[in-house]
Amino acid sequence: MSVFVVAGTLLSLAACFLLLHLNRHVRKPGQTTGHSYDGIEEYDNPLPAWWYWSFVLTIIYALGYLAYYPGLGNFKGLGNWSQVSQLEKEQKLAEEKYGSIFSAYGAMPLDELAENSKAMKMGRRLYANNCSACHGATGTGSFGFPNLTDEEWMWGETNEDIVTTITHGRNAAMIAWKDILQPQGVVEVAEYVSRMAGQEVDEELASKGKAHYQTYCVVCHGANGKGQKSFGAPDLTNEVWLYGDSRLRIQDVISNGRNGVMPAFKNKLSGDKIHIMAAYVKSLRRDS
Amino acid sequence: MNEFIEKNLGVMMVLIVFLVGFGGAVEIIPLMSQKVVTEPIEGLKPLTPLQLEGRDIYIREGCHVCHSQMIRPLRAEVERYGHYTVAGELVYNHPFLWGSKRTGPDLARVGGLYSDDWHRAHLLDPRSVVPESNMPAFPWLFEAELDLETVPLKLRALRIVGVPYTDEDIANATQGLEDKTEVDALLAYLQQLGTILKERR
Repeated sequence: MSVFVVAGTLLSLAACFLLLHLNRHVRKPGQTTGHSYDGIEEYDNPLPAWWYWSFVLTIIYALGYLAYYPGLGNFKGLGNWSQVSQLEKEQKLAEEKYGSIFSAYGAMPLDELAENSKAMKMGRRLYANNCSACHGATGTGSFGFPNLTDEEWMWGETNEDIVTTITHGRNAAMIAWKDILQPQGVVEVAEYVSRMAGQEVDEELASKGKAHYQTYCVVCHGANGKGQKSFGAPDLTNEVWLYGDSRLRIQDVISNGRNGVMPAFKNKLSGDKIHIMAAYVKSLRRDS
Repeated sequence: MNEFIEKNLGVMMVLIVFLVGFGGAVEIIPLMSQKVVTEPIEGLKPLTPLQLEGRDIYIREGCHVCHSQMIRPLRAEVERYGHYTVAGELVYNHPFLWGSKRTGPDLARVGGLYSDDWHRAHLLDPRSVVPESNMPAFPWLFEAELDLETVPLKLRALRIVGVPYTDEDIANATQGLEDKTEVDALLAYLQQLGTILKERR
């Protein structure tokens, strides 16, 4: 197969040269071709010399190109060039140029990094590329995607917690309760949960809801409704509601469950970049 | 000779076909013998019926018109999208969905990048999560059910062109698809895109 390609390529070049050469001389210079269009005739002259030699140059260039770059079958070329080797060279250069910057920031304590304006400029770009689609350009989140600028940290607020969240992602798992609680039970629990958050509620429904709550919800959200950060069960007593605080929204969450996912970045970004991103996320909180 | 060819269209046509055919053959035939192009990379599986339905919705809605699925081996692209696309990942792509224009971002490695919830919110109303987005909304995907009749036929057609579906795959093609909507299928397709090759950067 390689021979076929080499022969094809070289033959094509030879044919180009032959065609060029045969057109260099005409039998009778100064004659017309015999074509006549509306009285306009065409001379049958050879190619101008500069044109001929330009073509010859392109053929010589092609030979040089084929010697240096891969083009002749399996021959890798004298330059040993490939798309991938070029990429790797560029990546190596970038690593030499930027690698030390990243590793220096990677070694800095997170809190110190969050104060470093240069690092936070990088953090902002990393955030914009990787986090903003869900958490918003300014970190305020949206329906179903946590606000990073407020007090509430569903999965913990220590530096280690934040780095773990970004590195490994998080999978929240609240099951759908509609079959267990039945529609009436869902309404009652929603009422009780709303009371925990300090909303005005129907006390009778809420007290029935309390019984359900203590049977089913208490395992994750705790008896006092403060939640459990180790598995992302949110605090139900504050004003932060990821999926809305209206009675209907709360009922919907209880009925259908929620399985919010934070994707893992461990296969995507280096540890140093995650470190810088985590510091930036911390700085979002502080700035608010 | 020049005059002879110019004045005999039949001969000219034959010669043109020969010339273009030869040029094409020089470029295409050598690729057919290269394993790196024809063999799947390790871990590559044919799309499941649900993912395949998703792929067809991807084509139907014209996602490939604005989104490419081809990360070129350039540093800027690899930095942004991940490991460059290799031919072995795409051997089961019939047709390929490389696209040629990026109005939106490349999707070759979008699998696992966002949560299902995000994709749903984004497909229902892109502006709800990305305010500056100019992607159209696709609300009908959330109601439309899949057309199950054609699923086994699609698998069979793909098998003819070399995707290794077994008889069992084809017999069970519609299993578990009964209550799926089109958005479920599209998400199943998107979430597997490019997940085999991983690279930290």
